[in-house]
Amino acid sequence: MAKITFIEHNGTSHVVEAENGVSVMRAAVDHNVPGIDGDCGGECACATCHVYVEAAWQGVVGGRTETEETMLSFAAATQDNSRLCCQITVSDALDGLVVHTPDGQH
Amino acid sequence: MSSSDVVVVGAGHAAIQLAASLRQGRYDGAITLIADESGLPYQRPPLSKAFMSGHMEEAALLLRPASFYAAQNVGVVENDAAVGIDRAARVVTLASGAAHAYGHLVLATGAANRPLPVPGAQLPGVVGLRNLAEARALKALLPGLRRVVVIGAGFIGLEFAAVAAERGIAVTVIEAAPRPLMRGVSAVMSDHLAASHRGWGTELLTGTGVKAIHGSTHAESAETTDGRIILADLVLVAIGVIPNTALAAAAGLRTGNGIEVDAFLATADPAISALGDCAAFPMAGQIGLVRLESVQNASDQARALADRLLGKPTSYAKLPWFWSDQAALKLQIAGLSGGHDQTVLRGDPASGAFSVFCFQGARLLAVESLNRAPDHMAARRFLAGAPKITPAEAADPAFDLRSAG
Ligand SMILES: Cc1cc2nc3c(=O)[nH]c(=O)nc-3n(C[C@H](O)[C@H](O)[C@H](O)COP(=O)(O)OP(=O)(O)OC[C@H]3O[C@@H](n4cnc5c(N)ncnc54)[C@H](O)[C@@H]3O)c2cc1C
Ligand code: FES
Repeated sequence: MAKITFIEHNGTSHVVEAENGVSVMRAAVDHNVPGIDGDCGGECACATCHVYVEAAWQGVVGGRTETEETMLSFAAATQDNSRLCCQITVSDALDGLVVHTPDGQH
Repeated sequence: MSSSDVVVVGAGHAAIQLAASLRQGRYDGAITLIADESGLPYQRPPLSKAFMSGHMEEAALLLRPASFYAAQNVGVVENDAAVGIDRAARVVTLASGAAHAYGHLVLATGAANRPLPVPGAQLPGVVGLRNLAEARALKALLPGLRRVVVIGAGFIGLEFAAVAAERGIAVTVIEAAPRPLMRGVSAVMSDHLAASHRGWGTELLTGTGVKAIHGSTHAESAETTDGRIILADLVLVAIGVIPNTALAAAAGLRTGNGIEVDAFLATADPAISALGDCAAFPMAGQIGLVRLESVQNASDQARALADRLLGKPTSYAKLPWFWSDQAALKLQIAGLSGGHDQTVLRGDPASGAFSVFCFQGARLLAVESLNRAPDHMAARRFLAGAPKITPAEAADPAFDLRSAG
């Protein structure tokens, strides 16, 4: 289990108890967190699960996968800490994770 | 029941996204989804792909976990079809006799398999693939099948054919049109997919219809219009769908190729909207109303309708996109290619990864990408308006799609 905080562009935060093994995207969608669409169901094919990982967590979360890297290069408003959160798997190590959602996914 | 309560007929992709978006927008009225299927709402695309091939468990099909409905206060009435709408009283009646009053009624009834209009089509062993019950039944039969006939080389027929061929089942696909996916993709992409399926051992007959299904107590063979008899343990009918419009039509709403709505997804009755596979809507650049069958269309229309019900009306104008997985081939389509007069290739089809840019004159209409997700992403940007791309740029491998603008 990991407690994950999603902070919307407007500052509203949503704290979610996520089960190990699911993706951070799935955890957000299952708990109806606004700002994460996950339209492709986690296939790393839509880039509608874009988040910014808070600096302190970047190392723990790890780097982008190769496909993710290409997908992100076409997404809007990317930053160094951008990730497609369908590619991040929840584990105990992510307990306390904080991510921010962009202004829009489309 | 308060006058603001939302009742949705159907609990598929559109209905669930609508409920989710309404709650995300802090809608606090009641939300009730009426489903004629039993069990929690699930994703359809994997039914002919990862679920059928055994790569995805049934539990993973759920659109949302059970906890979602309680936490978001979304009611689901299972296994009870809506059978009538009293528009004056604003009440929907169900097959069980139950009645639900609504402030706003949303028709998200989806579509049903088009029946095969030939003798023998009612025989056991002639099946369809639209819902979980059908997918489960078909999947359970797979281990015992030696040869199958798939009628219709559309997306679902080809996806199933790929799964069956991968299992070593002898597959014959019968398509009446001259090439597969005639309505869905360009000739270049269609030819490539046809060759791929043939390469996997599938027999693909085009320009051939089916005259009859034969068998005494169970389907045993399909007879083509040119008189060939093809033996089959099972016949999958995948010749498209018909939108579920009967409920709307009986209530006096306009229906044609779908329940007719305006750009705000409203019917002529301001208290009733329709969206997803069942809805025919106006779209810029298209003649008449269009009806699309895709998760993107269902989800984006649900977001647009939620905005309207939350008091922020926006006319629906999202870029259509679609995907289909056939064995190792990942096809992604952005835009609608109908009416294109020029295609430009990016990448070499022989490499198995390429895109087809479909233009009408200088205007890009659609891009079909096979195992080239980055092209698809770029295409979505080009098709959404800016930046622009010319046929010459699209054809130039040195042209960087990312830097375009
Ligand atoms: C096998 C398969 C594979 C697919 N693959 C893809 C793909 O790869 N990519 C893609 O984008 N799209 C794909 N699609 C299409 C996609 O699933 C549909 O576009 C999407 O489900 C449409 O959502 P919807 O909510 O409009 O309708 P549906 O999901 O069909 O939901 C409608 C629901 O309403 C119910 N209903 C109908 N009438 C009534 C009534 N009177 N009372 C109560 N309930 C009623 C139906 O039983 C159904 O459960 C696929 C579809 C199938 C069947
Ligand atoms: S959900 Fe589509 S890329 Fe992450």
